[in-house]
Amino acid sequence: MSQMKNNQNSFSDEELKKKKRISLIKTLIWIGIIIAAIICLIPFYSMIITSTHANSEITRKLLLVPGDRLLANYERLVDVVPIWRGFVNSLIITVISTIIGLYFSALGGYGFSKYNFKGNPILFAAVLATMMVPGQLGIIGFYRLMNEFGLLNTYWPLILPSVSNAFALFFFKQVADASVPKEMMESARIDGCRELNIFHRIALPLMGPSLATLGIFLFISKWNEFLQPMIILFDQELQTLPVLIASVRSQFNVDYGAQYVGIVISIIPILIVFALFSKQIIGNVMAGAIKE
Amino acid sequence: MFGTKINKDPHGYYFIAPFFISFFIFGLGPILYSFYLSFTNWTGFDQPEFIGLANYERLIQDTVFLKSISNTLIIWIFSIIPQLTIALTLALILHEKFIRGRHLFHAIFYFPNIITPITIGVMFALMFDWQTGSINQFLLSIGIINEPIYWLNDPWLARIIVALTMMFQNFGFNMLVFLAGLQAIPKDLYEAAEIDGASRVQTALRITIPLIRPVLIFTLITSVIGGLQIFDAPLMIGKGPDNSTLTMIMNLYEAAFVRYDYGYGATIAYGAFVVIAIATAITFMIPGVRKKREAK
Repeated sequence: MSQMKNNQNSFSDEELKKKKRISLIKTLIWIGIIIAAIICLIPFYSMIITSTHANSEITRKLLLVPGDRLLANYERLVDVVPIWRGFVNSLIITVISTIIGLYFSALGGYGFSKYNFKGNPILFAAVLATMMVPGQLGIIGFYRLMNEFGLLNTYWPLILPSVSNAFALFFFKQVADASVPKEMMESARIDGCRELNIFHRIALPLMGPSLATLGIFLFISKWNEFLQPMIILFDQELQTLPVLIASVRSQFNVDYGAQYVGIVISIIPILIVFALFSKQIIGNVMAGAIKE
Repeated sequence: MFGTKINKDPHGYYFIAPFFISFFIFGLGPILYSFYLSFTNWTGFDQPEFIGLANYERLIQDTVFLKSISNTLIIWIFSIIPQLTIALTLALILHEKFIRGRHLFHAIFYFPNIITPITIGVMFALMFDWQTGSINQFLLSIGIINEPIYWLNDPWLARIIVALTMMFQNFGFNMLVFLAGLQAIPKDLYEAAEIDGASRVQTALRITIPLIRPVLIFTLITSVIGGLQIFDAPLMIGKGPDNSTLTMIMNLYEAAFVRYDYGYGATIAYGAFVVIAIATAITFMIPGVRKKREAK
């Protein structure tokens, strides 16, 4: 009897030890991810803090608290590089490209999904094959062709190619397969609706949530584009933000204060948008990741 | 039914036409035209002059081109192995039930991915600047080093810094992809395993890893194709001593748009394409990759 009691005691002791060990592991994991998160944020913090100091201080020591030279650095920067103009240019190009890309990709994906025309599988395979080709392969031919068309230094070569995005079309074919029932199209046809109207009135609204998901992907990748705008556009006034940031680096060779301000301007607006919508953005990225 | 008898199908061509028209003008056209230009010596000012295979002969003897291939592969390996390890570890941790404030961590780790690569490149170049960079200032102030380290003046350190930049930019995205994969695993599988008395290691090896394998393969393939095209961020960090961080696409950019040797630039583009195609083909030869893709 007493032995049994003893046994029970030692058992609960072991249980206790196990619990303690698990909570220790949990604490360590917590500390680990908090450290990882801090490491991830430090570069941004450091950029913002450094941008508020004079060059002489930046070169001398490690800066941890804000200084008072932000405005002076900022003024030197915007005197030479129209960085806000670049921001607006980037926004214009990106928004128009995203809308065009979404519309035509949905159109194409829906076409492949719902119409049994001759050659459908072969053409669809051709679309998928274009995904395998790296983007820079045709860049020199692209440059010369745009030159022949007289489109250099305009936004057309940056916006129009958004019409054909193989990945987006592939994505929307799957969406249309899953979320646009053929019965609804049939009944709309019987009611005398024309084909394009069926797409606009029935299919597009049904694909709505996926438009948001892919819109975020298209927006980010267009916003980040660098090589195309750099070679297509010559006027600084037309240039996009990434190209201007790159030019800040070469133009303010030793003026670190101005360089840091340039970085901050390219980060802060994104940071604000992300802080407001991060839940939706991340949710959509994860949804997109599964669909891929 | 009457409705199905009406043949509406040819309408499909109108729906897919914009894609193909745009693709022919802005995609395929330039690619084929580049192929033609790769046989010319076009300097951008006069008409391209056909010179046959001369550019390709030059390419296979060009030590800078060969070096750019090995640089790109080295940087890719240095960035992809730690990147996927960290992304998978973080995804497994953040998938645990006891982690609260999960969304905040998702946001922090994903944030670098939406910043323009140019900005990330300039950031790292400034951080590792040997005179003013915060890394040296930090190491000096806590007394680990006595003199600033000239990070970007050492070929291997410079490559590692470029790899670190790519890692910093992309690990969050891969983490989200892994997390999405983990969340798609049915919960009852874990419950069944728990009832059967499987240990955590067994659960991870027998359930989690096999079921997220398609996701692992997806990230592997995208990172081969994307990782070999790295350009923006390394361009900001520079070529490194003795071209040690010159990537394939940087080399293409310099030949064409800095030295105005467009014809040879087009040849470099095709050379880089062949390298990327071979790397992708090798990835598909890894046991299990093709099978899983088909099963999907």
